[in-house]
Amino acid sequence: MMRLFQGGKDSPVAARAAILLVGLALLVLPFALAQAGTAWVRITNLAILFALLALGLNIVVGFAGLLDLGYIAFYGVGAYCYALLASPHFGLHLPFWVILPIGAALACLFGVLLGAPTLKLRGDYLAIVTLGFGEIIRILLNNLAQPINITNGPQGITLIDPFRIAGFDFSKPERWFGLMVSGPIKYYYLLLVVLIVVMVVNVRLQDSRIGRAWVAIREDETAAQAMGINTRNVKLLAFAMGASFGGIAGGMFAAMQSFISPESFVLVESIMVLAMVVLGGMGNIWGVVLGAVLLSFVPELLRYTVEPMQKAIFGRTLVDPEVIRMLLFGLALVLMMLYRPAGLWPSRTRRRELAPAKR
Amino acid sequence: MDIFLQQLINGLTLGSVYAIVALGYTMVYGIIQLINFAHGEVVMVGAMVALTVISALTGAQIGLPPVVIVLAGIACAVPACMAIGYGMERIAYRPLRKAPRLAPLITAIGISIILQHVALLVFSRNPLSFPQIMPNPVFEIAGAHISAVQIAIIGGSVVVMAGLTFLVYRTRLGIAMRATSENVQVAGLMGVNIDRVISSTFVIGAALAAIAGVMIGTYYGIAHYTMGAMLGLKAFSAAVLGGIGNLAGAMLGGVLLGVVEAMGAGYIGEFTDLCQAPWIAGLMTERCADGGNFVLFGSNYQDVFAFLVLIAVLVFRPSGLLGERVSDRA
Repeated sequence: MMRLFQGGKDSPVAARAAILLVGLALLVLPFALAQAGTAWVRITNLAILFALLALGLNIVVGFAGLLDLGYIAFYGVGAYCYALLASPHFGLHLPFWVILPIGAALACLFGVLLGAPTLKLRGDYLAIVTLGFGEIIRILLNNLAQPINITNGPQGITLIDPFRIAGFDFSKPERWFGLMVSGPIKYYYLLLVVLIVVMVVNVRLQDSRIGRAWVAIREDETAAQAMGINTRNVKLLAFAMGASFGGIAGGMFAAMQSFISPESFVLVESIMVLAMVVLGGMGNIWGVVLGAVLLSFVPELLRYTVEPMQKAIFGRTLVDPEVIRMLLFGLALVLMMLYRPAGLWPSRTRRRELAPAKR
Repeated sequence: MDIFLQQLINGLTLGSVYAIVALGYTMVYGIIQLINFAHGEVVMVGAMVALTVISALTGAQIGLPPVVIVLAGIACAVPACMAIGYGMERIAYRPLRKAPRLAPLITAIGISIILQHVALLVFSRNPLSFPQIMPNPVFEIAGAHISAVQIAIIGGSVVVMAGLTFLVYRTRLGIAMRATSENVQVAGLMGVNIDRVISSTFVIGAALAAIAGVMIGTYYGIAHYTMGAMLGLKAFSAAVLGGIGNLAGAMLGGVLLGVVEAMGAGYIGEFTDLCQAPWIAGLMTERCADGGNFVLFGSNYQDVFAFLVLIAVLVFRPSGLLGERVSDRA
């Protein structure tokens, strides 16, 4: 765990105090947010979910250097897997600890199916093929209501079961030690635990034999091959692993929202996750989480500031906050690549690599 | 038989638009090995600008003949797109020419998002419709219909492609472009102004995109700020199908892809109707009775064909139909 905190190397006491403080802050955070409205707890939950997604994509883009533009499709596969197996749509109500692994495995399978033919090709072809794959999944989700109703088309699936374990229901508010704990707050703690687990897994993965192989491939594929790395299989592994993280996040999303529709799995979402990874710093776990949190909260803040401001000045909303958000994403992608290609919080090797080649 | 001919005509029309867009991808790729993700958005801007000008001129009621109005629309769209093409290369791609491959790809995505949403702000969030300013007579050939717009699109694209071929193979700029695509350093040593050649490539590609935008806009009758993404993807698939970096390949790939897509959309319903298969229909007599059907995939899967073609080409023949260079460096 200590390896997670790179900042506190010099003084272990200070580092421990910092961890303790951050931990405490994270524990009380939902209650503080609930004062401002449960909506903010939900937004925080979505931010954590996006952090999970960004961490998954980071394996593919950040570690292995493969540009995946259809990442949200794996999220969609996980979400639909959960929704179909735990909703009145098919009358199935399997427990979540059965479905999440199925969702992860299914997403992983899709990742392998997609990656196997394309990973031996150039990186930019991969980008296009994944983009196409994302579109195919979206089209399938939209159209698989005919002739047999599988996905219920654009209407999506409603009344999805929440997480339930031995009578403990994550969606129902409860009173613990005199504190009112609402559904979103429960999910917050669950997500936080999952996030920490996923981060630890990522850190361990990064330093493992596989992680080093990924970095080697990213830096120089030919050299990596010469060193005896089976580049295709190792790339495929990155792809599959990123996909299964996406699948798990998707399942949690479905349970949390209790409603999903194909609209949540469009290209823009893939690009948003990519923007989080790029903004935070490709290849750096902490940077990616920072990017996800920033890009999840900024649009909400915009919604609460830009709209009233425009109403006050012009008397009406001239520019939709949604549009501003997208413009910001686009600008972030361009400006980061031009001026700070390694991200806000760069990983050390990545910074070296993304610096312009000296001639 | 008329479905076949009809879909062939529709496919050729769409295919010639794809071909023109694909030329933009393939030219840029041929010279700097970059996939210009934002190229589809340039097509969209072309359609939007042309439509706005055409609507304005029609609304002004100054009695201009319709042909002049359409030409004016094209005349405004082309320079607007050329400016965007130039600016895009200058701002987003030139500084990253020596950066790792991932960097310009990511800026390209950023640029395309920016273009989309700027178009949303400048033009409209809702689809704009092309005004009906000219009669669009429909001719009949052997049971299939072909409209004047379709003839104009196919004819126009032949002219555009001929013009581009002339430019690339018969002018000084064309020689410089081919030299640069062969070897950038050596071309530079021979006195070719590399920066100018790359800029011109982007500008020419953008001009083609503008024309394609006007074509697709008049064909479908609408323009929308999101229309560029899918069109760009399909055109890219077409470029890969023909062999990326190869001009004739892009033209061939575009036309082929258009035809494949139209044929696919026309026939997929019939092919995946389980009631047509006797051994399955026997199991579902109730559903299949009285001409009932059990169509697995309908024509709403039209957009999938381009990707299937793309994936198939990448798996079985990555160099494309006419491509000779096979490179697998990431």
